[in-house]
Amino acid sequence: MSTSALLLVLAALATFAYWSGKQRSLKLVGGGRGIRRLHSLPSYYGLLTALWCGLPALLIMGLWLMLQDTVITALVKSHLPAALSHQNAGQMGLLFNDIKNIVLGNIPADGARAEVRAAALDYQRLRGIASLSLTGLVLAAAVAGLALVRARIHPELRARNAVEKIVEFLLLGSSMLAIFVTLGIVLSVLYESLRFFNAVSVQEFLLGLTWSPQTALRADQVGSSGAFGAVPLFLGTVMISGIAMVVAVPVGLFSAIYLAEYANRGFRAWVKPVLEILAGIPTVVYGFFAALTVGPLLRQFGEHIGLHVASESALAAGLVMGIMIIPFISSLADDMITAVPQSLRDGAYALGATRSETIRNVVLRAALPGIVGGVLLAISRAIGETMIVVMAAGLAANLTGNPLEAVTTVTVQIVTLLTGDQEFDSPKTLAAFALGLVLFLVTLVLNVVALQVVRKYREQYE
Amino acid sequence: MNRSVAETRERVEKSLKRRRWAELRFKTYGLCAVLLGLSFVVLLFGSLIAQGWSAFRQAYVVIEVHYDPAVLNPEGTATADDLAVADYAALVRTSLKTRFPDVEGRAATKQLAALVSNSAAQTMQKRLAEDPKRMGQRETLRVLASDKVDQLLKGRIDRTVPEADRAVSDQQLAWIDALVKDGSLSLAFNKGFFTQGDSREPEQAGVWGAVVGTLYTLAMTLALSFPIAVAAAIYLEEFARRNRWTDLIEVNINNLAAVPSIVFGLLGLAVFLNIFGMPRSAPLVGGLVLTLLTLPTIIIASRAALKAVPPSIREAALGMGASKVQMVTHHVLPLAMPGILTGTIIGMARALGETAPLLMIGMVAFIVDVPKGLTDPATVLPVQIFLWADSPERAFIERTSAAILVLLLFLVVMNATAVILRNRFERRW
Repeated sequence: MSTSALLLVLAALATFAYWSGKQRSLKLVGGGRGIRRLHSLPSYYGLLTALWCGLPALLIMGLWLMLQDTVITALVKSHLPAALSHQNAGQMGLLFNDIKNIVLGNIPADGARAEVRAAALDYQRLRGIASLSLTGLVLAAAVAGLALVRARIHPELRARNAVEKIVEFLLLGSSMLAIFVTLGIVLSVLYESLRFFNAVSVQEFLLGLTWSPQTALRADQVGSSGAFGAVPLFLGTVMISGIAMVVAVPVGLFSAIYLAEYANRGFRAWVKPVLEILAGIPTVVYGFFAALTVGPLLRQFGEHIGLHVASESALAAGLVMGIMIIPFISSLADDMITAVPQSLRDGAYALGATRSETIRNVVLRAALPGIVGGVLLAISRAIGETMIVVMAAGLAANLTGNPLEAVTTVTVQIVTLLTGDQEFDSPKTLAAFALGLVLFLVTLVLNVVALQVVRKYREQYE
Repeated sequence: MNRSVAETRERVEKSLKRRRWAELRFKTYGLCAVLLGLSFVVLLFGSLIAQGWSAFRQAYVVIEVHYDPAVLNPEGTATADDLAVADYAALVRTSLKTRFPDVEGRAATKQLAALVSNSAAQTMQKRLAEDPKRMGQRETLRVLASDKVDQLLKGRIDRTVPEADRAVSDQQLAWIDALVKDGSLSLAFNKGFFTQGDSREPEQAGVWGAVVGTLYTLAMTLALSFPIAVAAAIYLEEFARRNRWTDLIEVNINNLAAVPSIVFGLLGLAVFLNIFGMPRSAPLVGGLVLTLLTLPTIIIASRAALKAVPPSIREAALGMGASKVQMVTHHVLPLAMPGILTGTIIGMARALGETAPLLMIGMVAFIVDVPKGLTDPATVLPVQIFLWADSPERAFIERTSAAILVLLLFLVVMNATAVILRNRFERRW
């Protein structure tokens, strides 16, 4: 039975369980007025039955589906004739792709070798068995749960308490997911990174000055030495984020000041949402804008004044990224400025300060920690931003300080290393995870510091 | 220190002009920043609309074709399978040659045939398969013109540049002008853009495949992230005691909200694809990754909504004998629902625009077919935009902009719904 059909059947069974549990509780007390003798409302007996019918079955199904493919692959592998099973992992991966494609009918079976065809048949047979036993197991679990609870229903059963315990447990489980996700990120990225650092030393990665991840396929190949010095990537990232900040911080900050302190209500109510549109635009749109509008524009302008601007310059990517971050900074700064108590302003006015003097010397100084926190968050966003740089910055890992040239960033390299064909044991793909680890750690530190600063500042005035 | 009043007044008055000037300057900086921000919005939308609106129209040619049995079925023994692979392109060529009888030679014929999209042959094949009785008959068909003709009609190819630098030759220009003159070549609403999947040929490429992929992915995301996020928010807001454990959860959620999205893609690749062996490019995995990505957003919004429900409601419910779970499910949750839904829609809007993590799990493949389920290979709108933006053909620029307009339309609808929901149902106590 297909997964979706099984889910439907399970839902139907659970509905039946609800009805049957409820009916049974009513029947035990003779229905109608006898309801008073029940510990809980009849619907709780139904719910309890339904939960016990559905949840264990669902759990079994989830675990099974997660592990099914791995187990079947291992089984097929163990059944393979010796000639096929003594291959390296890359060839093995290709072989299994072939096998799966034959099973799915994507490539005709008669073209394949006899052993591969046999393996495909084996795979198909095992999948059939797996699917059948899954169906059996899940339905058995559901029916068993239903029958077990239904038989135990009697008027003194504390059904509500039991249901509420399950609900609370589910709520707790959902909130723990956040921890699991973080753990998952750390462990998966760390594991692959450690494998990478087996091949390339940490110093070489963090301090090396050349980045050329193409590893040689053959020993005699030219130009594919496989150098993994990530300094050019770090510098490229810093440069593009720096340009973005140079654009975003003044524009964002000044517009926040203007909107919070000078603009009248009508203007503010009209302009603020328009500026916030910039925050809602997907980054791929900014990438397109940077690559097809801003990039060529800068290039033409450079030619005009006699400068050579690369068509994928750091400047174009940085500028557009700055535009993307403007609303982020302006809305955070706006929050911080409006959180400054009016009494501080009134004090400054009373001493004869002008408006701008008040803002510069009193309001901004009071709001500074919050604004710094906001800028740190913005930097972390700029570093992690992917699509703009993938589309508008280059792939060449130049070690340069010139913003008119093409540079590459950490995120660009992650994307280029991991899209397209990949084999999971070459340093080339593993390098992407090492870069991901660096990215995760750097943004984590920035976020923690920024969130701490912002929170402390908020508490100060609340 | 012993300055007289008059002296002080003089000093202040002298400085006043400078200070007023500084005030004006400061205020102007602020105004300039706001105007700069606004002009970016205008520039962005202006360039998108200017480049994209024309993609909603498309050049079509009306040609008269002949389902010639001598070409399609020369021996008279062709089966349905043989007919499916017969040389329909030759029939299209013949039809064009009848329209311009003075065309001679291979090169010229090739140029002439290049005016019509190669989908014309497919159209013929489909129509014959639908109704085999068409064999031997003639009919007038409206077929797609090639992308170059389309771009020329839209004025995106400059007629004045020398022939060698132009995508359309002088000879082709003459044919096109003749076709336009007798009304058989014209621009019409581009239905294919909204009903077809991706294609290597710009004139045949549509967004429908990506839209369906997006819907599957978002449905998966919503089905998982909404219940989990609401449950987590309820636990943290209503049940959890403040201790180290819940602090840890909170810090985690706040951090996850700021982790770069591409890192979630790495997680998806390493865990869902490599450990669990889930299919690449599938909306199923895309949905799972986007779920993890949107969870923190929705949890934070839901907690804010739950927090806004006044404690008196909780106390009243508990006072009437409700259990804690009953208090939450019967009273607090319904009151907080508008706020939770608003947060969910905003989270979904974020998921809709997300591209980078989906590249990691292989949703970047070139997929022509419209996906039919959660495990079919699919792509989503933002990734489609990314793919088209990379294509070298001039005609894809216009399609990319148009796809962006479609994406932005979706976003506007979602955000507008969120705003309406908030204004309509949110209660203030």
